Amino acid sequence: MSTVFARIPLWRDVRVLRIGAQVLFVLFIVLIANWFYTNLQINLERTGIRFGFDFLWTTAGFGISEGLPFEPTDSYGYAFWVGIVNTLRVIGLGILLATLLGLIAGIARLSSNWLVRQIASVYIETIRNTPLVVQLFFWYTAIFLKLPRVDESIVLPGPIYLSQRGLALPKPYATETFSLWGYGLLVSLLVALAVYVGRRIYLERAQRPGFAGLWAFGVFVLGAFVGWLVLPGAPIAWEMPTLGRFNLEGGWQLSPEFAALLAGLVVYTGAFIAEIVRGGILAVPKGQTEAARALGLRPLQVLRLVVIPQALRVIVPPLTSQYLNLAKNSSLAVAIGYPDLFNVANTIINQSGRAIEMVLLIMISYLTMSLLTSAFMNWYNRRVRLIER
Amino acid sequence: MRKKILAVSLVILLVLPLLSSSQGQPATTLGKVQARGKLICGVNNAVPGFGFVDPQGNYSGFDIDYCKALATAIFNDPNKVEYRPVTAASRFPALQSGEIDVLIRNTTWTIDRDVGLPFNFAPTTFYDGQGFMVRKTSRINTLKDLNGATICVLQGTTTEQNLADMARRLGITIKPLVFSDVNARDKAYDEGRCDAMTADASGLAAARIKLSKPDDHKILPELISKEPLGPVVRHGDDQWFDIVKWTVFCTMEAEELEVSSKNVAQLKTSQDPRIRRLLGLEGDFGKKLGLDNAWCANVIEKVGNYGEIYDRNVKPLGLERIADGKPSPNALWNDGGLIYAPPFR
Repeated sequence: MSTVFARIPLWRDVRVLRIGAQVLFVLFIVLIANWFYTNLQINLERTGIRFGFDFLWTTAGFGISEGLPFEPTDSYGYAFWVGIVNTLRVIGLGILLATLLGLIAGIARLSSNWLVRQIASVYIETIRNTPLVVQLFFWYTAIFLKLPRVDESIVLPGPIYLSQRGLALPKPYATETFSLWGYGLLVSLLVALAVYVGRRIYLERAQRPGFAGLWAFGVFVLGAFVGWLVLPGAPIAWEMPTLGRFNLEGGWQLSPEFAALLAGLVVYTGAFIAEIVRGGILAVPKGQTEAARALGLRPLQVLRLVVIPQALRVIVPPLTSQYLNLAKNSSLAVAIGYPDLFNVANTIINQSGRAIEMVLLIMISYLTMSLLTSAFMNWYNRRVRLIER
Repeated sequence: MRKKILAVSLVILLVLPLLSSSQGQPATTLGKVQARGKLICGVNNAVPGFGFVDPQGNYSGFDIDYCKALATAIFNDPNKVEYRPVTAASRFPALQSGEIDVLIRNTTWTIDRDVGLPFNFAPTTFYDGQGFMVRKTSRINTLKDLNGATICVLQGTTTEQNLADMARRLGITIKPLVFSDVNARDKAYDEGRCDAMTADASGLAAARIKLSKPDDHKILPELISKEPLGPVVRHGDDQWFDIVKWTVFCTMEAEELEVSSKNVAQLKTSQDPRIRRLLGLEGDFGKKLGLDNAWCANVIEKVGNYGEIYDRNVKPLGLERIADGKPSPNALWNDGGLIYAPPFR
């Protein structure tokens, strides 16, 4: 019963060897890291640079043109935060719009219409094959700065002002009846939710397709509308932009720097996404489309219900890289004067001389943003992945 | 036999580099520069009149001439310089790491940079100050008129902070638009994106001549800061600091004593002891610096005195040393300015 095996010597035991090799490798990495660190320490000492992050709490003393309210008396740390928020604004909106543009251009490139196909091809090929920083300069100096001067703004009803100082729109703000209206909204949201669930159950039972969401949305809008009418005063009023001595004051303003950066990033990344979308769609076997058509689905339904869900599996991983590229490319903002985190950090470096600390912070910021994007996309990827049974 | 020769030559080949490196890199900056055969000067390449590179790759300007003066002091040859363009953001790391020997790139001397960074500042070669350029049609005549204005500003300078300080002092609000690139800043101002542009007066004068219609713009007379510009060196090499310092003083003293590139050859027979010491005919100041005793004479002959350097580079921008009988800080001290060299004795 009990067969006694000769004990394998440790140095030939595969399990021991495997663990040993990994321990050695980790040790090696730690030693190298340690060597870098001491090297840094020695050199910092030799050149007389102090290292530390306490300067982040000292007064910044410079201004930032847009973003969160910022005063020169605020700290370096808060200035950096304003920069981060400005970067997030561009990245968030940029990813959304680039995805839309990419989806449309990618599908257009496969269109059966000759003209649509050619337009999409020309767009993708020109944009993909020129450097982004050149495109940003183009958007900024050749398009947004060529808009009329601020005192000759184009005025659209609203009033909406469009000039080289940017786009100014009326801004909604809450009046004192807003909180009452808010409760009303909450109630109608709950009712809408109930309608949605009820409708879903009904559709399921009746075995027919339909849009439960549309019904719920209608109920919500109706509730909001009735609430607005019932209240004594309007819950939302508009702050109008007015022409000041130099600039448009008040209202909701979009700067040309932001617009140029956003347009540049969206158009550039959109071209890459279009190619990914095209590849994803082409990866879905033709038989799927044909089968869907044979079942009587309309072309848009074929796309929405059959092709895109399958194409997503191919699209999502490379799409993630494009999102990360967009995030990192946003650091080119400094070329056209948009105060993103890189721009603000550069100013901080110049003023405080704390290059190593700030470069570290910049790297950590971009790394965090990229890792979060990546984590979200990986989660999404797992969701759309083909689950094999 | 042949194998033996091969072996010996191999050994020599392998050992030679070791030997030469064990002789070691010269420890001093002067030694390194001399061993290299040229000076590496960190400069600007986009400010006409101060540091500018033309499409053919030739550098010119006030700061460039000081690089040449330094090269002449060391090698008696103004062309033994490698110009390394550095940005406002990269100049300090470049100097710190030893990538450049000296930084002569319109760098303001401030206590924070002198005390907070491991650098020494050589004497000021140009007294600048931050000003504003506006459109003549803008009805902006004083600083207070800038309330609510958008102002184009270049990153990486003390200008951003001075701007914010000024706004706080006067109780006005301004919108700074910060660019990393001079050309983008100039373009944005030229197109009308900004109501004003702020920079050192020298920089504004240089930018103005590049605008589409220079005559439509004016520089406000009020300056909001003191910007003494001059060469910068690393801590830890006093000999090198002395060389840079006294090369600057050499050009100033030469102007005061009316020694110029035109008359320096004849003045070698001068009996004035001050001139004789300046030109290295008496005393051994050059030797004490580790240079040729005629270092200063060479600088005056090949590059010129302070006035010649100024007139060649800065005057064409429209910045006079003495305007309407009023001396600017860049006039000689005996004319009422601040240009003053300690005595050569």
